[in-house]
Amino acid sequence: MKTFLGTPAVAPRGVGFLRGDETFPRAARKALADPQLRRNLGHATTTIREKSGAVIAELPDWQELREAGRALKAATMSNLVELLEQLETAVTKAGGTVHWAADAHEANRIVTDLVRATGERRVIKVKSMATMEIGLNEALESAGITPVETDLAELIVQLGHDKPSHILVPAIHRNRSEIRELFLREMPGVDPSLTDDPAALAAAARRHLRETFLRTKVAVSGANFGIAETGTLAVVESEGNGRMCLTLPETLITVMGIEKVVPTWRDLEVFLQLLPRASTGERMNPYTSMWTGVTPGDGPQEFHLVLLDNGRSAVLADEVGRQALHCIRCSACLNVCPVYERAGGHAYGSVYPGPIGAVLSPQLTGVADNASLPYASSLCGACFDACPVKIDIPTLLVHLRDAVPHPMAEKVVMAAAARTMSRPRLYRAAQRAARLSRFAGRRGRGLPPPLSGWTSSRDIPAPPPQTFREWWAER
Amino acid sequence: MLGRIRAALGGAAPLPLDVPRDYRPGGELPPGDPALVELLVDRLVDYRATVHRLAGDGATVHSGDIAARVGEILPSGCTVVIPPGLPPGWLPDGIVGVPDDGRSHEWLDTVAGVVTAATVAIAETGTIVLDGSPDQGRRVISLLPDLHVCVLRTDQVVASVPEALRRLTPGRPLTWISGPSATSDIELNRVEGVHGPRNLHVVIV
Repeated sequence: MKTFLGTPAVAPRGVGFLRGDETFPRAARKALADPQLRRNLGHATTTIREKSGAVIAELPDWQELREAGRALKAATMSNLVELLEQLETAVTKAGGTVHWAADAHEANRIVTDLVRATGERRVIKVKSMATMEIGLNEALESAGITPVETDLAELIVQLGHDKPSHILVPAIHRNRSEIRELFLREMPGVDPSLTDDPAALAAAARRHLRETFLRTKVAVSGANFGIAETGTLAVVESEGNGRMCLTLPETLITVMGIEKVVPTWRDLEVFLQLLPRASTGERMNPYTSMWTGVTPGDGPQEFHLVLLDNGRSAVLADEVGRQALHCIRCSACLNVCPVYERAGGHAYGSVYPGPIGAVLSPQLTGVADNASLPYASSLCGACFDACPVKIDIPTLLVHLRDAVPHPMAEKVVMAAAARTMSRPRLYRAAQRAARLSRFAGRRGRGLPPPLSGWTSSRDIPAPPPQTFREWWAER
Repeated sequence: MLGRIRAALGGAAPLPLDVPRDYRPGGELPPGDPALVELLVDRLVDYRATVHRLAGDGATVHSGDIAARVGEILPSGCTVVIPPGLPPGWLPDGIVGVPDDGRSHEWLDTVAGVVTAATVAIAETGTIVLDGSPDQGRRVISLLPDLHVCVLRTDQVVASVPEALRRLTPGRPLTWISGPSATSDIELNRVEGVHGPRNLHVVIV
């Protein structure tokens, strides 16, 4: 554990979903060719933006809440060791058991062993980014345990053998008729006359899962907040599947990223005001559950909290990049991002898509493994304005671009440019030469290989017929 | 793992956890103010909860009035589950109220509804909080039945989230409810009723 110095431990390869199979530009090109996907995304992001804007405008102190949220997160990170120790003590005192998982492999092993110890072969799950990040479902399946996703969107994703494309609305890429077809094909015993009315589809999911809720004895959840002071865990949700998972089973296993710890009970007053309005555009989400260890006679009588690192301490080691850990997973930055709105979540290749994904995933895996993500942005800054805890995503993107391994050709060109620009004669000659490209016309103005990558998706401005210096000389 | 985190932080002086809090510590109106109750009703209705007001300011509400209204909400002759400490007299004749004494989940799944009290309500967000007190019961009893009748006193209505948190006890199992169960997972259309109770009735006394 003390081998950190020099090489921060990033999330391991070969497990979980933090790395894509292809680069962002390649994956995005595929997404851009799918008009249905773009329609679904455009509709969804526009709707959430409007709803969220309206309820944020109701609070006169939104900016003060954001600042308090930012300050609390920054203070939390710098006191992380003490806060996690405090959380462990409080949870243990309240009858829970705390486990420490350095990476995805360890977390998966801990959860699998805990489920095995109960003798059960099936677990119900409430939507959790952390368990998706570590590939827990796959690990459970290979151990012969069936994980059942109970969030409607996650169920849609699971039934479609698909991947989520949005933090909050994982099936944002599917429309109602696609979902209806999926239910008819994959849901045993579904009424063949099922319509594509969203209410009918939701009712079908209710019937499908009710029996499973009543019979399954182990649940796995994530956590939105873990309060160090009291040992209280909180999960915010809409459908009630979270309440089912947190209340009905005998054993509850919660996997929480270490950055989710919140210092005091009072701090919830900041985050519970910020999260729902920034996230779903609601004044409050329909259900929030809070529990502290085990309550005799009410809910699961065995509670395990798995605290997950999986690259987070490596992110923490970067004083600038550290801010990415402040994220409360509201997905406001996705909904305002012009790149996300067109490319969709799958293009990012990680469970964390959008602007926050572009700064979080490369840090969790080491930038070399997600080198194209810091460039998946126009640096317009809309994400910074939308972030309820004021994460300066544009600055992080530029910071990470610096850390990405740059190709030799780029270094050579930059050195040549520097040499040219610092010598007036050479510069004048270069300007004249550039003017010749005017005769090449629009299509021919791309740079030659190995620099053609730069111009494949950018236009070089046409050089003027006369340079400023020539014009000046004539005056 | 803690050693790794400590190393990552590099021994820098920790930032103070006591951060500036320039946001509103509470609303301008005292708990139970009629304007707050109005706001709560507006928010609850916006989230498709059904709201029943009994009497106006200052008038005494008797348990018989509550029972009469509960009788209008529930189909006559039905069986509901009630928390062991529900005030006597809240159920009308003709409704079978079975006090929860650790009933099975399967049985709870068959009853027509549940009647509970509440701990606190937040006007700005349209939220009701249950904390497992004897008049609210185990979390599961307000989850499995499809209809939840929640009786709320006006003096339990506060303006904002910070005020509500100050009234709650962290160690208790808490359920914050803002309208009936809902989802927006299909084309972002809000649909009431997925897994939680599809009908939420709030009786304000």
